[in-house]
Amino acid sequence: MDKTISTVAKAVADIPDGAQVMIGGFGGSGAPIELIHALIDRFRATGSPKNITVINNNAGNGYIGIAAMIKAGMVKKMICSFPRSSNAEAFNEKFLAGEIELELVPQGTLAERIRAAGAGIPAFYTPTSFGTELAEGKPTEEFDGKMYVRESWLKADFALIKGQLGDTVGNMTYRMAGRNFNPLMAMAAAKTIAQVSELGEPGSIDPQQVITPGIFVDAIVEVAQPQQEEVLVRTGVVY
Amino acid sequence: MSDFNIMADKLSNAQIAWRAAQDIEDGSYVNLGIGFPEMIAKFQPEGRDVTYHTENGVLGFGKAPAEGEEDWDLINAGKKAITLNPGASFFHHADSFSMVRGGHLDLAVLGAYQVAQNGDLANWRVGSKGVPAVGGAMDLVHGAKRVAVVTDHVTKDGGPKLVETCTFPLTGVGCVTRVYTSLAVIDIEGGKFILREKLPGLSMEALQAVTGATLHTEGDVPDLIVPQDL
Repeated sequence: MDKTISTVAKAVADIPDGAQVMIGGFGGSGAPIELIHALIDRFRATGSPKNITVINNNAGNGYIGIAAMIKAGMVKKMICSFPRSSNAEAFNEKFLAGEIELELVPQGTLAERIRAAGAGIPAFYTPTSFGTELAEGKPTEEFDGKMYVRESWLKADFALIKGQLGDTVGNMTYRMAGRNFNPLMAMAAAKTIAQVSELGEPGSIDPQQVITPGIFVDAIVEVAQPQQEEVLVRTGVVY
Repeated sequence: MSDFNIMADKLSNAQIAWRAAQDIEDGSYVNLGIGFPEMIAKFQPEGRDVTYHTENGVLGFGKAPAEGEEDWDLINAGKKAITLNPGASFFHHADSFSMVRGGHLDLAVLGAYQVAQNGDLANWRVGSKGVPAVGGAMDLVHGAKRVAVVTDHVTKDGGPKLVETCTFPLTGVGCVTRVYTSLAVIDIEGGKFILREKLPGLSMEALQAVTGATLHTEGDVPDLIVPQDL
C-alpha cells in the first residue's frame, strides 16, 4: 500500500473549490509550508481552489503560508483560536474589511473537536467557554455540580500536515513542538496529505516510535529540507 | 501614612511576579499565561522543583535560548523560543488540553482586564471592535487546582480592575482563586474578596477606594513585602 506522491503539486491537485481544509502547525512550528505554497501555486495558475475554509490555530503570519493564502484571496473562512498574532496583517485587513469569515474557537475546544471527529464522537461536553459569549446558543448541562457546554466534532475534507520521519505506508513522527495539531488533523479529515522531511521504506521507523499510524494518512510526500515558517517571517519573505 | 501615592508607590510588574512566584509549590505543574505571567518563572524560589506546561505541547521547558540559538520548532504558546529541561516531553494538542481541563495542573496564572468578587475573569477582549482572539485562555481557567491572576490593581486611568461584576466579555465564570495586584494579595472565597496582604503604608480606606467591590478581612492583614530592587 504505497501512499507516496512524488511532488507537493501532485499531492494537493485534488483539493476542490469550497473545500474545508485543516492545516497543521502552531505559529511556525509544524506548518506544512511547501504543501500550502503548492496550493497557492495551483490557485494562481488555474483560479482554483477558491472559497476554502481553513482550520488552524492561527490565521497566518507575515506573507507566507496561510497568510499568503489569505492574501491571494483563496480563503473564505478561518476556523481558529488566535487570529490576532503579531504579524497577522493579511488576515486582519480582510477581516476588518468584511472579506473573510471567522469562527473563533477556544484552543482546547478546537483540539478536542478535531480529535472527536477523528474518533467518531459527534459531540462532547467541556467546561471551557461556559458563561461566555463563545457558548451562546450551545446546549449546556450539569455534571457533578458543575456546568458544561456541548461542542460538536469538527471534520474536514482534507488535512495538510507536516512530520519529521515518514514511511511509504503513512506512519509518521514529528519534530519537537511541531507535533501540536498535526496528529489530530490526520485523524479528522477525509483525506490526509502529509509532507515529511525524510521518507523511508516500511520498517524504517521503529514501530515503538510511530506517533501517527499510517491508517490516518492517505498521501505522503517527501520535502527533504522544509522551510520553517517562523524563519521565513523573520526574514521578511513574501510568497 | 497619608503620603502613600498609589500610582508612584505601587509594585512593578516584576515585583508582582516575584510575589506570585513565592506561592509556587515544590513539585508542582504550572502553566503561566502569555506575556506578564511568563515573568513569574524568573523568580521561582531556589530549591523548588517546578515543571512548566505550555499549551502547544511541551512539559518541562526551561529558559529562553541565547540569541541565535533558537530552534523555531521548539516554542511556547507565546511563540517564543524555549529550551528543554531534563525530563521534558512533547505531546499533541488534545493531550495538552487534557492536562489543562483534566485537573492535572496545580496552578495556572493569567493576566486580567477585570476580576469579579465571585471569581469571574475577563481577560480576552475589551469590546466588540477589532479582531477577536481567545487562544487557550478559556481552557486554562478550568481544571488547574489554583487559578491565579497577576495584574495592576487599577487601570491606566486609575479605575478599578477588581469589581463586583465584570463589564468586559468573560473568559470564565467563578474561576479565579487568588489575585496578586500592584497593591495587595487577595483571595476569592465564597463570592468575596478576602484581603490577605497589602503594601506597607497603604491604608485600608485608600485600598478600598481603588477597589470596585468590598474587601473583606479575616484577622490582621500582613504587609506585602517584596524586594525593592526589581
